[in-house]
Order: sequence, then C-alpha cells, then structure tokens
Amino acid sequence: MNFLEFAWNILPTLLKGSLVSIELTILAISIGLLLGIPLSLGRVYGNRFIYACTTIYVEAFRGTPVLTQLFILYFGLPSIGIMFPPFTAAVIGLGLNSAAYQAEYFRGAIQAIKGGQMLAARSIGMNTIKSIRYIVLPQMFRLVIPSWSNELILLLKASSIAYMIQVSELVSVGRQIASQNFRTFEVFLVIAFIYFVIVEILNRILHSVERKIKIPGL
Amino acid sequence: MAQTILKVEDIHKSYGKTEVIKGVSFKVKKGETKVIIGPSGTGKSTLLRCINQLDYLDKGRVWLEDVEISKSPIDINQIRASIGFVFQSFNLFTHLTALDNVRIGPMRVKGMKEKEATKIALEELKRVGLEDKKDHYPAQLSGGQQQRVSIARALSMNPKLILFDEPTSALDPELIGEVLEVMSKLAKEGVTMIVVSHEMGFAHSVANDIIFMDGGIILEEGPPQQIFKNPKHERTAKFLSKITQLEGEKAK
Amino acid sequence: MEEKLIDKLLLIGKSVPSLLIGTLISIELALAFLGFGFVVGIPLAVGEVYGNKFVKYLTVLPIVEFFRSIPALVLLFLFYFGASSLNLNFSPFIAALLAMGFRSAAYQSQIFRGAIQSIDVGQMLAARSIGMSKFKAIRYIILPQALRISIPSWSNEYASVLKDTSLVYALGITELMRQGRYIVARTFGNAILVYVVCALIYFLVVHFGVKLLDFLEERYKIPGYEIKKVTTRA
Repeated sequence: MNFLEFAWNILPTLLKGSLVSIELTILAISIGLLLGIPLSLGRVYGNRFIYACTTIYVEAFRGTPVLTQLFILYFGLPSIGIMFPPFTAAVIGLGLNSAAYQAEYFRGAIQAIKGGQMLAARSIGMNTIKSIRYIVLPQMFRLVIPSWSNELILLLKASSIAYMIQVSELVSVGRQIASQNFRTFEVFLVIAFIYFVIVEILNRILHSVERKIKIPGL
Repeated sequence: MAQTILKVEDIHKSYGKTEVIKGVSFKVKKGETKVIIGPSGTGKSTLLRCINQLDYLDKGRVWLEDVEISKSPIDINQIRASIGFVFQSFNLFTHLTALDNVRIGPMRVKGMKEKEATKIALEELKRVGLEDKKDHYPAQLSGGQQQRVSIARALSMNPKLILFDEPTSALDPELIGEVLEVMSKLAKEGVTMIVVSHEMGFAHSVANDIIFMDGGIILEEGPPQQIFKNPKHERTAKFLSKITQLEGEKAK
Repeated sequence: MEEKLIDKLLLIGKSVPSLLIGTLISIELALAFLGFGFVVGIPLAVGEVYGNKFVKYLTVLPIVEFFRSIPALVLLFLFYFGASSLNLNFSPFIAALLAMGFRSAAYQSQIFRGAIQSIDVGQMLAARSIGMSKFKAIRYIILPQALRISIPSWSNEYASVLKDTSLVYALGITELMRQGRYIVARTFGNAILVYVVCALIYFLVVHFGVKLLDFLEERYKIPGYEIKKVTTRA
C-alpha cells in the first residue's frame, strides 16, 4: 500500500481522535476564560493580598511546563487520594494553565485602556463595578482578540501533551494505529497534516472575526 | 581648466505615474560648490539620490570623472565609496560611537587596518570640531553634532565629491549655524560639493554656482550674483523674493 | 511518626543527585535547541526581510509555518520515527535537536524579523551610501542593532524552550521529568512531592535565566537609545 492509500485508510480513525483534541481544547479554553477574567481583574484592581495570590497562581502556571502540571494532576494527586480519569485531568490541567496565560492577556488589555476611560466613567457618576462592566470590559474584549486567538491555537497544540497522561486524543490514536502496522512515520505525517490544516483554518476564521469586530481607529 | 568631476545628462525619474525629474543635465568641476535651490517636492533630493544610485534612474546618464557610472555592469559599492552622502536625517549608526561611525567605512569597506582608520577618523572629527565627542553615541549628541559627525563619516572615505541632501532642514534653528560653518570651511578647502538646501545665506556666500529647479527641470543656472540680483526667469524671482522675505522676518 | 519524617527526608536526600543530573540535562538540551535555533533563525530572518520573493515565499515562510503549526510532541515523533524509516541512525538526542531546534529557529526568525523591520530605513541607506554591500550592511549595521532589540522577546523564547524540554521525555531521553519518574518508581509513592519539586526546579531555572538575560540587556544597551519591549508568544 503506498502512502496516499494508507493515509486515506487511517484518516477516519485519526479524525475521531482529533475530535477529542478539539473537545479538550474547547473545554480548556472555556475554563481558562471563566477563571482568567477574575484573575486579571484581581491583578489590576485587587488589594495587596489578592494581588499576591493571583500573582503566585499566574507565575506558577506560566513558569512550569504543561507536562509537569499534567503529571502532578494525573500521577501525583492519587498519592494523596484524589484520582481523576485522564480526560478530566487533562481538561483541568490545560484549563488552569490557560487561565494563567489568559489572565495576563486580559490584564494587558485592561491596562491599555485604564487611564482616561475610568476617569471619564467616574466623572459621569459610575462606581468602580459599573465602570468596569460598561466601559472597561467591552473594550478589553475587543483589544484582547489577537492574543486570545493565539491562545486558542496554542491550546490546540498543547492538547497533544495529554497523550502523555493516556488521553485518547489524536497523537494517542496515531500511536495505536502505528503499533498495529509499524508505519509510524507515515502515521505522524498524516497527523502533522491534520494539525496543520486545522490550525490554518482556525487562523483564517479568527482573522476575519478580528476584522469584523474591530473598533474603527483603535 | 578645472577637471569635471561629475557630469549628469538628461536624467528622468518617475514615481508611479508622476514624473518627478523631467530631463536634468549639469556638470560639476573639481573644487566647485554647487547649490541646488527650489520649491519643495520638485525632485531635488531625488536627483541627489539618483547620482549615487540610492534611487534608480529611469533614463539618463551619469559620469564620475571619466567613468560612466549609470551603465551596468559596474561595482556600485565601489562608486558609492567615492561619493560622499550627507542625509537630512543624519542616519548615524545608532549602535556605534562617533569614532566608530567615522572609521567603519575605511575599516570595513576599504579594508584598512584599525590603527590607520582610527588616525583618519580622528583627523576628520577634528576637522568638523568634534574630536572630544569621539566616544559619544549618537543618542547622546545634539542634532547639529550628529550632522557634523555624519559629514566626518563622509569625509573619512576620501570621496571625489560630497552630496548634501538638505543637511540642515531637520535641525533646530540654533543648531543650523554650526553645520553651515563646517560646510563653508570645507568649500574653502576645495572639497567638491553639491548641496540641496533652503539656506539662502549659505547659497549666496559660499556657492560657486547655483541651480534653480522647479517642476522637475532646471530653470536657471549661474553664479550667485546673477541668480540673486538678476534672475532671468519670473519664477526664480518669485521664489527668491518669498524666501528672502521669510529670511528677513527671521532676522528680525 | 518521626520515623516517617526521617524516611521522607532521607528519600529526598538520596534523590537530589538524580534530580540535579536531570536538571543539567534539561538545561543542556535547552541551550542546544536555542543555539541551533539561533544559528538557523538568523539566516531565515535575513532571507525573509532581504531575500527575493522566491526565497521568502517558497523557502522561509513554508518552513516557519510548518514548524509553528505543528505541536512540538508531533515534531519530536516525526523526526524520531522518520529517521528510522529513512534508514538513518539517529539517537533520540539528535532527533530532538532537529525537531526542537528547527522549531525554535522558526520562532526566533520571527523575533529577529520584527527587530530588523523596526530599524529605521535610514540605517541601511547610510550603510550603502558609504559603499557597503548589502551583506556588509546587514552584518555590521543591521544585525548588531537587531540582536540588541530582540533580547526581551528572546527571553520569552528561552522560557518556552526550557519548559518544552520536558517533552523529550516522550523519546526516552533522561532529562528532569524522566528522572522524576524513575524516583517515583524506585520509591513507591510520593509522586506528588517529586513532581512538585520538578516543577519548582523548572520555575527556578526559568526565573534565573530570565534575570540573566535582563542583566545582559542592561549591559549591552546602546547608551541613550530606548529599546521598547515587545512581547510575542507566551
């Protein structure tokens, strides 16, 4: 069987694996979003204690490898009695990790807006919460889109690391196929191709979304 | 009869559909200081850049001494090493000290040894009055000082002529004088120069020959007395009167 | 109770040498990947900025896109298994060096490209005007400035590469994570302690590396010239 035939044969199975990767990515980025925004607000507006806690969190997750974080969750926690199934551990790990990076992107965006906008909001009588909700956050979301798009793609690639904690995502499925016919290199060529295509498509979509939402002149 | 250093014949240059230079020809003799004046946007700077090919000629020929430099194949780097160029925005190499800026040409282009290149560089810095600033970086120098260093950089290559592209236009008024002083000195020492400038005082007192360019062509050419006192064209007169009006107000 | 504590401490004590060796290997790997990436990244950047359309669109950009779109783990497996299928004898280390080295080159090339493009166009004009060839101008005028401008972004790249060295675990190379795994296997438990210590070690190596780069940035700063910080990928 030549390469193209072989690739065609294994494609359906691989695509099922890639669905798991995509599911993993979507869940993780959602957790990252839900956790990242409060973290960033804590870093910008919080008192000293909140600032310290959030900073420790962000530095810890950004300063250590994803693999180590996943190992701690999947292989480490059982030794103190907490056991997660692979997929859950991966979602939690990637989600917590993404939250740290997203917190920094949001923080950067907020600080780019901060100054005069907050003053203007206060001057028409808004309190801090209203100012953040109606003035800062809407602008922040638009400013943060390029970095956030980047994060989505990085997360998709990082989902491959979940292979190391036995999640049946794309790489794992690939190795299973390879263990049966020993054509490992060709399997990975197809896997690389799949990632390449998904990333390119995502890039295009995200760029056109960026352009449509852009605030003129900003 | 003094030797012709530069000859320029029927230069044409367009940017897109707009023709900026519409047929310019002139000669420059050894030791001569030629000043080109005229309204902005009439291709004066472009003309200079076409001479050392920092910009490409669409049509026309250029000779440096007896060598036609507009015809390929030529070693453009060697030609540029013989023509000095002083930019309106100085363009000193930001990561190098004044001394390094001046000696990098002799060292890296001409292949001189460090000792010899340093000697030449120090001489040229002295010539422009800045030997005490040799270890300063461009960001630590004033505009006028930076421009003088860039003149030293051009001089250190021992060029056959130096092109000055509006050398004082980006300077604060009180810094213009020090640069014009250096340029006058060089003119007196016999350096062959082509200067594009709005500084009429300089043109009047230092130029051997003035070219008035307007609309992409040379309208008039002649010694300062003729151009300033008896311009042949109406537009020359108009331009000069506007400028001297401004100068007069500045002087007040 | 006391017994258990002493046991634990002895355990940690016995493991320190292996962890240190693992750490050294990880640092070595990171430096090798970064070095490879630097040596390949600069020509890629110069080619992208100064090369003709063929060089840029048919050589540089495809390489950069390929190594940036595909996960590091997949690249590692590609090179590792690719070698044996082409009958080349690659050690895991060489496979890792090529995979992660080219990957870093792709990212570094974008850092350098950005830096080169941020340099004022007058610098190149001035260099050409004193007779420098394009090559000399790039070598003596453009690159020295571009490299200094790149240092902050390069700091990020250092952090990324160091963390990514953990992935060569998958090829069986005995770097820090694998040493950790062996310790867990040898000592039957305390996985969480071992892996948290590994995490801590990564954190410290990243932190001090970045501090070192900050120091170098100060040291080689061009006096009087403000360099703006540009952050790229996480």
